[in-house]
Amino acid sequence: MKRRTTTGAAAVGAVLALALSACGGGSSTTPKDSAKPAADGAKAEFNAALTGIVNPSDKKGGVLKFANEGDWDSLDPGDTYYGYSWNFVRLYGRSLLMFKSAPGKEGNELTPDLAEGMGTPSDDAKTWTYKIKSGVKFEDGTPITSKDVKYGVLRSLDKEVFPDGYTYFNDFLDLPKDYKGPYKSKGVNTDKAIETPDDQTIVFHLKQPLSNFDYFAQLPATIPVPEAKDTGAKYREHIIASGPYMFQKNEIGKGFTLVRNPNWDPATDPNRPALPDGFEVSTNVNADDIDNRILSGDLDVAVIGTGIKQAALGRVLGDPAVKAASDNPTSTRLWYTSINGNVPPLDNIDCRKAVQYAANKVDYQTAFGGEVAGGQIATSLLPPAIPGHEDFNLYPPGADNKGDLAKAKEHLTACGQPDGFETNISYRAERPNEKAAAEALQQALGRVGIKLTLKPFPQADYFALYAGKPGYAKDNKIGLAQNGWMSDWPDGFGFLGQIVDSRVIRDTGGSSNISVRDPEVDKLLDQAMAETDKTKRDAIWTAIDKKVMEGAYILPGIWTKSLLVRSKNATNIFVNDAYGMYDYLGLGVK
Amino acid sequence: MVTYIIRRLIWAAAMLTIVSIVTFAIFFLVPRLAGATPESLATRYVGRTANAEQVKIAAEKLGFYDPLVVQYGRFAKGIVAGSEYDYGPGVEQCPAPCFGYSFLTRLPVWPDLLDRVPVTMSLALGAAVIWVLAGVATGVVSALRRGSFFDRAAMTVALGGVSLPIFFTGMASLVVFSYGYPFEITAPGGSFTPFFENPVDWAYSLILPWITLAFLYAAGYARLTRAGMLETMNEDYIRTARAKGLAERTVVLKHGLRGALTPILTIFGLDVGLLLGGAVLTESTYSLPGMGKYAIDAINSQDLPKVMGVVLFAAFFVVVANLIVDLLYAVVDPRVRLS
Repeated sequence: MKRRTTTGAAAVGAVLALALSACGGGSSTTPKDSAKPAADGAKAEFNAALTGIVNPSDKKGGVLKFANEGDWDSLDPGDTYYGYSWNFVRLYGRSLLMFKSAPGKEGNELTPDLAEGMGTPSDDAKTWTYKIKSGVKFEDGTPITSKDVKYGVLRSLDKEVFPDGYTYFNDFLDLPKDYKGPYKSKGVNTDKAIETPDDQTIVFHLKQPLSNFDYFAQLPATIPVPEAKDTGAKYREHIIASGPYMFQKNEIGKGFTLVRNPNWDPATDPNRPALPDGFEVSTNVNADDIDNRILSGDLDVAVIGTGIKQAALGRVLGDPAVKAASDNPTSTRLWYTSINGNVPPLDNIDCRKAVQYAANKVDYQTAFGGEVAGGQIATSLLPPAIPGHEDFNLYPPGADNKGDLAKAKEHLTACGQPDGFETNISYRAERPNEKAAAEALQQALGRVGIKLTLKPFPQADYFALYAGKPGYAKDNKIGLAQNGWMSDWPDGFGFLGQIVDSRVIRDTGGSSNISVRDPEVDKLLDQAMAETDKTKRDAIWTAIDKKVMEGAYILPGIWTKSLLVRSKNATNIFVNDAYGMYDYLGLGVK
Repeated sequence: MVTYIIRRLIWAAAMLTIVSIVTFAIFFLVPRLAGATPESLATRYVGRTANAEQVKIAAEKLGFYDPLVVQYGRFAKGIVAGSEYDYGPGVEQCPAPCFGYSFLTRLPVWPDLLDRVPVTMSLALGAAVIWVLAGVATGVVSALRRGSFFDRAAMTVALGGVSLPIFFTGMASLVVFSYGYPFEITAPGGSFTPFFENPVDWAYSLILPWITLAFLYAAGYARLTRAGMLETMNEDYIRTARAKGLAERTVVLKHGLRGALTPILTIFGLDVGLLLGGAVLTESTYSLPGMGKYAIDAINSQDLPKVMGVVLFAAFFVVVANLIVDLLYAVVDPRVRLS
């Protein structure tokens, strides 16, 4: 699961200024609160690890072998923005909070890690306080204090030195004017943004209310960094561990080895069983080689967690025994088509609805790899793993999911285009799946007279200069645009903020929201941001989802799925919903 | 001889300068001609969350607003005189030859390249030994037994070797010998052990890549040697040698093969030079962290300082290999005199 981002930091007045990912010496006992291997465990069948633990065991020892077909953006906790990296970083770093290491929906729940408890907000949700556990140490034995956490967050603000990370803290902390991080703004008092009244307390001050700041507190940037050992951009070469493992060897571009951190105290950490003695990780390994080695038992985990590639798909699905050792989780990514209401005749809601009804969802799904390797047909925006998701379908595309042409023609007539109309559909030239989806739509919509012309654009400038630039899109009649989004964490804020808020759309381009311009949706987003009651907040996300679908601004395509193959050598295998891949904290060795 | 070498070295330096200019132009001039702006060029060096201001700062920092001649001059100066790199808390010196810093890994390119050399050199030279021995021997025997079963079989296999792409033979060898089926033999893949760390593991980790790579080249060398030998063995001086009563072994190896070696040596120099610059497909298939894998990863991630570095480094090997081949001509063929 990669959380690829195509957007820059986007602002919503003074409210939403986010940069979200678009498209995307251990102990002898297992801590009691970590993912508890049941005595029997889940039966080793297809999808067993989605809701249960496969091969449960509390045996310690052994080494797990991971491989990456590419390389980390950075191993530095303050400079990484890949979902798999956030899953993996928990092995060597401890953030204030973390997602539970547990199968199923429980994995979506936050739990204290370095902090003693969840954050305590002020009444206006602009101040958040965390107490840090005592007795927690870095790998060199130095005690971890709130100042180390503060330093970790502050250094991550310097986007010249750490360009790979997110900008949540840059956007929300009440920082001194023109503050650029501890290197360039050395000596500047930052207490108005982050206070550390004592070694165990850290207080975050925000510019605006943020009801779900706890999600920020699980970000890797809150992993402590000792200032005395910070080497800026080079820190990635030797990270000072606070988790159960530390780096023994790190050859960037080739791989690294993790071994046990003798100064990690399991008594302070109920979340990590830390079963293996270490991890061997190879990077830049041929992707097909990784799949084959996992199938042969020579390798344990493809760390990026996006599932096996096409070449090995047949071997897994065609062999019942191999299939039984695989899982098909749904991620929090949606592939969709933006329907731009700024481009006539799509400024008419009935024309937009005609597009919704005429689409062939089966062909759309096929374009992205089919049901197993591609994804599940989406009927709304919020993926099933995100709280607030509700099953509804305002534009049922017929029993076979191939479109309801009668309804489409009905709406075409209502919008004054009974014979259809012409418009363009854009996609990112480097992405064959998007091209295939655009072609599928071209065929499907052609059945009711909507003639689409394909317009490929380079992905680097897709949002900045073409599909995401309102003037260009209107002048060049880009009525439909292929798009994709994945949330940084399973929450409506992370998923919807950048793709349905009209205030992120800028004349200069660069926004991932191409089509949704509805003041009522904006109002609902503001309500959700200030709502501290989770149940009520989740209900607002549902309402937003429905509102956007009622306006037919977005044609949902698929919620992506991946086919993961379990290691032959590993124990305690389960999928963590927060990451949509195997949970790397729970794994052990047979 | 010395004058010849000095002249060739000057030519080699000029060649590398031209290669660097052409490479620089491909990555910096051509995009500008195609409409890229300094900001759009800078986007690949900033994070995925960078806003317009951050992109502008990066473009300024990288000197993308300067004229291209100035940018090239800065790059060339780095190679000759070194450069500096701001890593946050301080500034680090990048000593000459400084090919710049990867903006993705934040590591200087030159040490990274040097780190890859042993892998590629082990692969290229090991495979070269196999393909020269197997290819030339097969070619000689085929020529001497022209039309025999061995000749036909060897040339058929050679044709297969030339025709089959390395990503096919490589994957096939991994399937057969490394993934546990159909044979329960597991050869390591995706790893490399340095020779001085453990020579046995070194050879074991490279045996499949060596054979795969050598299979491709040996086939060509066998065909080339066969053709050369057939031609040479019909020369008058071979008849003379036989008439003098020399043993057939001496006639074949000392007179026949030596005469056929010149074109083989030429192509051998080129092949080894190219491979030392990186056996892209072999290294990618077997996930060997050599120059070829480094190059393809750099291209995929559009890490231009790395691409520039690896192109120049590869060009250096080709130029040097050609120089060595030219010098060896005089050894192999007494008719050649260097002047």
